[in-house]
Amino acid sequence: MTEPGRRKPAELAGRVGTPGGRKLAGRMGTPLLEVRDLRVTFGGTGRRRRGDPPPTVAVDGVSFDVSPGQVVGLVGESGCGKSVTSLAIMGLLPHRGARVTGSAMFEGTDLLALSDAEMRDRRGRDLGMVFQDPLSALNPVVPIGVQVTEVLRRHRSMDARAARTEATELLRRVGIPDPGRRLTEYPHQLSGGMRQRALIAIALACRPRLLIADEPTTALDVTIQAQILALLAELVADTGTALIMITHDLGVVAGLCDEVNVLYGGRVVERARRHELFGTPRHPYTHGLLGSIPRLDAPSGERLAAIKGSVSDNLPWTSACAFAPRCPRELPDCRTVSPPAEEDLQRLLSCHNPVPVQVRS
Amino acid sequence: MSTQPKPTASEHRSERQRARSGASAEASNGRLQRRKDRLDRLAEAGGRASEGQSLLAEAFTRLRRNPVAVTGAGIIVVFLLVAVFAPLLAPHNAEDSFEALRASLRPDSIPGPMPGFPLGSDQNGRDELSRMILASQQTLLVGVLATLLGLAAGMAIGMLAGAFGGWVDTALMRLTDVLLSFPSLLLAISIAALAARASQTTVIIAVAIVSVPVFARLLRGAMLAQRSSDYVLAATALGIRRRNIVLRHMLPNAVGPVIVQSTLVLASSILDAAALSFLGLGDADPGRAEWGLMLANAQTYLDVRPELAFYPAVAIILVALGFTLLGEALREALDPKSRR
Repeated sequence: MTEPGRRKPAELAGRVGTPGGRKLAGRMGTPLLEVRDLRVTFGGTGRRRRGDPPPTVAVDGVSFDVSPGQVVGLVGESGCGKSVTSLAIMGLLPHRGARVTGSAMFEGTDLLALSDAEMRDRRGRDLGMVFQDPLSALNPVVPIGVQVTEVLRRHRSMDARAARTEATELLRRVGIPDPGRRLTEYPHQLSGGMRQRALIAIALACRPRLLIADEPTTALDVTIQAQILALLAELVADTGTALIMITHDLGVVAGLCDEVNVLYGGRVVERARRHELFGTPRHPYTHGLLGSIPRLDAPSGERLAAIKGSVSDNLPWTSACAFAPRCPRELPDCRTVSPPAEEDLQRLLSCHNPVPVQVRS
Repeated sequence: MSTQPKPTASEHRSERQRARSGASAEASNGRLQRRKDRLDRLAEAGGRASEGQSLLAEAFTRLRRNPVAVTGAGIIVVFLLVAVFAPLLAPHNAEDSFEALRASLRPDSIPGPMPGFPLGSDQNGRDELSRMILASQQTLLVGVLATLLGLAAGMAIGMLAGAFGGWVDTALMRLTDVLLSFPSLLLAISIAALAARASQTTVIIAVAIVSVPVFARLLRGAMLAQRSSDYVLAATALGIRRRNIVLRHMLPNAVGPVIVQSTLVLASSILDAAALSFLGLGDADPGRAEWGLMLANAQTYLDVRPELAFYPAVAIILVALGFTLLGEALREALDPKSRR
């Protein structure tokens, strides 16, 4: 298949259509979205003055595919670039201050190359987004009904009456009881789970083909989390919408995602199908993440495994492995040579010294 | 045999228990019923409270319970009623000079209250009470028009600056900075003095211009704060047009402090307008009744009849106080932090 060997991320872009690339991208043929070598840099645009902080590379060459109906997870700790990746795909990063390179091919068009107006037409219609905190993502002084119908009227050119009927139907579909009354209410009158359901209804109003959920369950309590995840899974199955699930919660990944991208320092360090990733984590970071989940069946008194250090210890990817300072399996090479992304049928892995397959904690 | 008494005892006990519970059954039923009723009432109240009540409706409910707001609103309502029904309330024509009053008019004495003229005469032999009543029209009209004009212009500037940011913001804000850098009354005086002929319109425009930077700054700040809010990002992520984001999402969230400020500005507009006519920059028509002008005329006769200064001064203070009280209460009612 793909030649095992060192490949630069740039070469990865060329793997679209190779059997390996397709296989990893999903079961269903051509991908809906192909993100290639996405790079987002903050600062460093405009005139540089002395004393300016150096530009920060938030996303450093991320590539992944999403197929219709597939749920792809982007997992990583705070600051690994997962939210920035989603904002970049949606074109929501500020023009000033953020520099985005690479490509995000959505059905043959590069989203990153579209003009503002073209992008505005696609957002909400082809691309939907669910935000983390439903209370702040809903406008507090606008009734729920207006916020739902607004997007229907914008993209599906409905008149007020049709939009209202459709909005009632949408709220019912996401499991909001008495939707007719809820339409007249304001966000503060809804419970947290209800708000997130409303937000999902709004995001799905125009039946987008790609939905990006940025930590949709983080602001909710556990029982509601489960309901919302079940709802998302159901809607994805019903509508064939592709879902990019951004989360730091491996429980969410385990329950929902078909394929998982583990991000570290703005780069995908490991990618595999859910079962393979959880069964045999190869990258020391993935391994550490899975090891740091508290277990009920662990002997009492056993200390929780933690990954030492913090993101601030990162080395630049250009000449090292960013994770090296925190890695328990660090080799001398790790601090001098950037680990190549190696890809085979099951897995993409970017590590000099991966965890052997048989070891499983 | 020996076990025989036991069951009876237990039977007996249970019998007793049953009897007791039977006796208290009705009482507990009553309690239960009362509790149910209370729950029903609570549920009903809860249902009412959540019945699509907007933030403004909530604020209004809070306002009604606030004695400060009620006092302020009461004062304003009284003045408004007086102004609206002024021609009916005034016992005489305010511009007419009366022989009965003029007869006892001397350079060193102005006639006080007499039958038919409860507040006596002004310096020209006109009925002071009628003039006071008619003047409320002028004062409120000038105050309200000037505030509305300033509000419209200030909101337009603030909205553009806050919604677009960048160089639009910079240009508009430097403009308002220039206006802000003058003391407000001095600015109003200069603008009113620029006019070829002093009139009511020039007073309104001058007072309005003074309030423009206040509204503009306030709305701009609130709009800028909205720009980085999650729901604006969410609306952008839905592809909502920029105009709709500004008008439907940002403006309603930003307009609260501006509404509050407008009631406070109304108070200061009334004061400024009165000050302008006091300084002789108001309406040139000497017959027209206006509190500021009445105050100015009264200074000459302060030692003869100080009441002439007292009446318009109290009226100006009261109406300004009414608007200030209402404004403060409104600010409190709309402030999410002071909620309940």
